[in-house]
Amino acid sequence: MKYQPVIGLEVHVQLLTDTKIFCGCSTKFGSEPNSQTCPVCLGLPGALPVLNKKVVEFAIKAGLSTNCSITPRSIFARKNYFYPDLPKGYQISQFEDPICQWGWLDIKVDDGETKRIRITRIHMEEDAGKLVHGELSGRDDGSGVDLNRACTPLLEVVSEPDLRSSDEAVSYLKQLHQIVTWLGICDGNMEEGSFRCDANVSVMPVGSSTFGTRAEIKNVNSFKFVKQAIEYEIQRQIDLIEDGGTVVQETRLFDPNSGTTRSMRSKEEAHDYRYFPDPDLVPLVISDQWVERSRRELPELPEQRQQRFMNELGLPLYDAEVLTASRALADYFEAGVAAGGNAKTVGNWIMGEITRALNDTGTPIESCPVSPGQLAELLQLIDNSTISGKIAKTVFDEMWKSGKAPQTIVEDQGLVQVSDSGAIESIINGIMAANAGQVEDYRGGKEKVFGFFVGQVMKASKGKANPAVVNELLLNKLKG
Amino acid sequence: MNIFDMTIHALHAALKGKRVSSVEATTAMLERISSVEPQVGSFITVTPEQALAAAAAADQRIARGDCDLLTGIPLAIKDIFLTEGVRTTCGSRILDNFIPPYSATSWEMLRGCGAVLLGKLNQDEFAMGSSNESSAYGTTRNPWNTDYIPGGSSGGSAAAVAASEAVATLGTDTGGSIRQPASHCGCVGLKPTYGRVSRYGVIAYASSLDQVGPLTRDVADCATMLGAIAGHDHKDSTSVDTPVPDYSSSLTHGVKGLKIGLPKEYFISGLDADVQVAMDAAIETYRRLGAEFVDVSLPHTDYAVATYYLIATAEASSNLARYDGVRFGHRAEAEGLLEMYTKSRSEGFGVEVKRRIMLGTYALSSGYYDAYYVKAQKVRTLIMNDFTTAFADVDVMLTPVAPTAAFKIGEKVNDPLQMYLSDIFTIPVNLAGTCAMSLPAGFSAAGLPIGLQLIGKPFGEETILQAGYAFEQATEWHTRKATI
Ligand SMILES: [Zn+2]
Repeated sequence: MKYQPVIGLEVHVQLLTDTKIFCGCSTKFGSEPNSQTCPVCLGLPGALPVLNKKVVEFAIKAGLSTNCSITPRSIFARKNYFYPDLPKGYQISQFEDPICQWGWLDIKVDDGETKRIRITRIHMEEDAGKLVHGELSGRDDGSGVDLNRACTPLLEVVSEPDLRSSDEAVSYLKQLHQIVTWLGICDGNMEEGSFRCDANVSVMPVGSSTFGTRAEIKNVNSFKFVKQAIEYEIQRQIDLIEDGGTVVQETRLFDPNSGTTRSMRSKEEAHDYRYFPDPDLVPLVISDQWVERSRRELPELPEQRQQRFMNELGLPLYDAEVLTASRALADYFEAGVAAGGNAKTVGNWIMGEITRALNDTGTPIESCPVSPGQLAELLQLIDNSTISGKIAKTVFDEMWKSGKAPQTIVEDQGLVQVSDSGAIESIINGIMAANAGQVEDYRGGKEKVFGFFVGQVMKASKGKANPAVVNELLLNKLKG
Repeated sequence: MNIFDMTIHALHAALKGKRVSSVEATTAMLERISSVEPQVGSFITVTPEQALAAAAAADQRIARGDCDLLTGIPLAIKDIFLTEGVRTTCGSRILDNFIPPYSATSWEMLRGCGAVLLGKLNQDEFAMGSSNESSAYGTTRNPWNTDYIPGGSSGGSAAAVAASEAVATLGTDTGGSIRQPASHCGCVGLKPTYGRVSRYGVIAYASSLDQVGPLTRDVADCATMLGAIAGHDHKDSTSVDTPVPDYSSSLTHGVKGLKIGLPKEYFISGLDADVQVAMDAAIETYRRLGAEFVDVSLPHTDYAVATYYLIATAEASSNLARYDGVRFGHRAEAEGLLEMYTKSRSEGFGVEVKRRIMLGTYALSSGYYDAYYVKAQKVRTLIMNDFTTAFADVDVMLTPVAPTAAFKIGEKVNDPLQMYLSDIFTIPVNLAGTCAMSLPAGFSAAGLPIGLQLIGKPFGEETILQAGYAFEQATEWHTRKATI
């Protein structure tokens, strides 16, 4: 029998606010344990939460960018369970009436088509703290709690079970990742857990309209692992069914070392979270004006920008896609064009030399040592024949290292292209004299020797000879 | 007159006139506490050194000519208010060792005025009770007759005023916890409108119902205390940003033409005869003063107690989850995490608290949520609507505070349902979120005080204080002292 996988994703997005969602403590990562805490995030008796408005603004932006409706009156709820990293014994989240509902993303699928993936909801919630084993507790066998992360703001983005393969899941996840980083509301760091995902996976016979029993896979923190975890889980469920077993509803943990999933708790062991509206927080009322203001403040989103790069700057689809991989990259590209560079050439250089250098040195585009303006100047020097394209690469390497302007490098190192026909002619004369045999061969019909002469001339000129002039003069001379 | 019997206003005049210093007044209060505490047991913690230091600071302030109405006045507050550096137990063993690192906003405001803290007052554990019998620190006794309960949960706050152990006190009221003990101990107690006073730093019992308020010797003191603690607090999202009137300056407004509603559901056959007599006399007094009476109805009153015990316990079950032995409070010796949780909480909480946590957990459980919690919220809305409708016709409502005067210690301790019913007239006010005040209106045949409840419109504290003041001027109940 053939099986159809059915997948839904729950993505946790850690928001880039300076302060926590319900108190004024800093959200900075990596400080001394428990140094960024106060009565509120420590869950001390009598402490009360006060909503950080920035979190609401970020949530609205995320909602508008994923085609969601913004709920005019949304409610915070308590999710009750005991765990040492959860100071109040409940997490403040949203349950009924989350801030964003009924959205979608159009993802690209194999055949170049798009597929609409519905987003059920996006809600705001606070993160828990972290258990630290050993030292912090003062005992080797003990555990301590670091509450610096407690109360940091998260969005949870829940999709409908519209995904049908691990590739679709990864494509959806990448697009969501691109949007939240593009909006500047999340740093997107998956290793540190700023963008993490739980996957609900089930399988059903192809042609069936009834979903199979699903397992929820937790702890998947890279695109690669998402693909691995889902594929493993699909196969596990199919094998189970083929062997006459049944899939049980449960929570499973992904182990990145073995690439497998294992049972964490069954449905029977699942918590009853006893959600109810948090009486310490008033309903969050979001006016139409607020939504409209947020909509106006939204940056141009990746897809809109791709379209514009194609329509207005004449880029091919592939280039437009690559150059909108991140907002910073797209900004860099546009700054280069604005500084006078030809769009296609600027694009080629970014996708070529610059990407290579960034990758080689592990530099993010935001700290690229060659500014878009400098890149445009360099391209100008090629256009006006001051240097050749080949020399430009040498100049670029020097710009990367020293941060100097291309003009300066060209002048300091005497890299100006030689277009003076007299100078080139005398080089050609010398080379023809030294290689009389090859001259004969050419004149005897072996035209490919022409390349040899070009190479010799360029070598003798240390690459500075204008290739167009060299070609023209050589042709005349060789033909005699 | 003894210093310890003075009102805020009398003591303020004496302090301002330099006839007495705050240190002298505080010393007098501390001596009074020492002499009557063995019989009354109002306090969980007395803080003599801090009190005298604060009094000395207040005297310096007064010497500079900076004498607010509360500067140098010795007060005590319920042990539910967090006080930085001073143990705060909430009447529970689970917080026996808890020294808070910050203070409640309401106490901060009083302290800012220069008030002196004598100590922390006894209460039912986590404010869950109507008799003070659920405290882990012994039952406070009624100063009028120490065989009787002082009421609860702010029993210590009422008894301390009645026994002259503090000039005035703060309590909290979730279902009557200020008004019922004020009634039983013969003092004035006011539960402000929900949102009028900050809840920040007040240990939560039921967050949507809890409200901070004063217990005082008379209505004028009550107005002063309320004026000092009322106002918006950016640390409490449920506190309301609406201007605070000058409650004291409008006290003498009178009640001529005031429309007073008598909700028929509150004058039931089960009402104690002594209480009925006191209510009839009060109505007569108001009539004489020029008020008009209107019969009104609050038709959903019968459902209030059940509604309250679902909503309050549901919120409490969640509010009390933080007492897990991990970061503060009692932690039992245990092998693993689960054992640590269960042992710490089993040892730390008393029987009434456990009962309410279980009730509330049940009401929120999957499968029962709609039938209990959601339904209770719907009924709460109906009860709120009752009040809105009634207040369309009247300015205030007059009712008894409790169906009876104080009962004997031990009398209802094994019958929780009977105990719960003693709050039948106070609970609806919390569910409706509006304000109400208890003031002395008579005595039972056994010589125990009986209180009268004035219920106001939301943020109508000014009106009930005016009505209370007029009643007080026309009667002498508030001048009687417990002979302890
Ligand atoms: Zn904090």
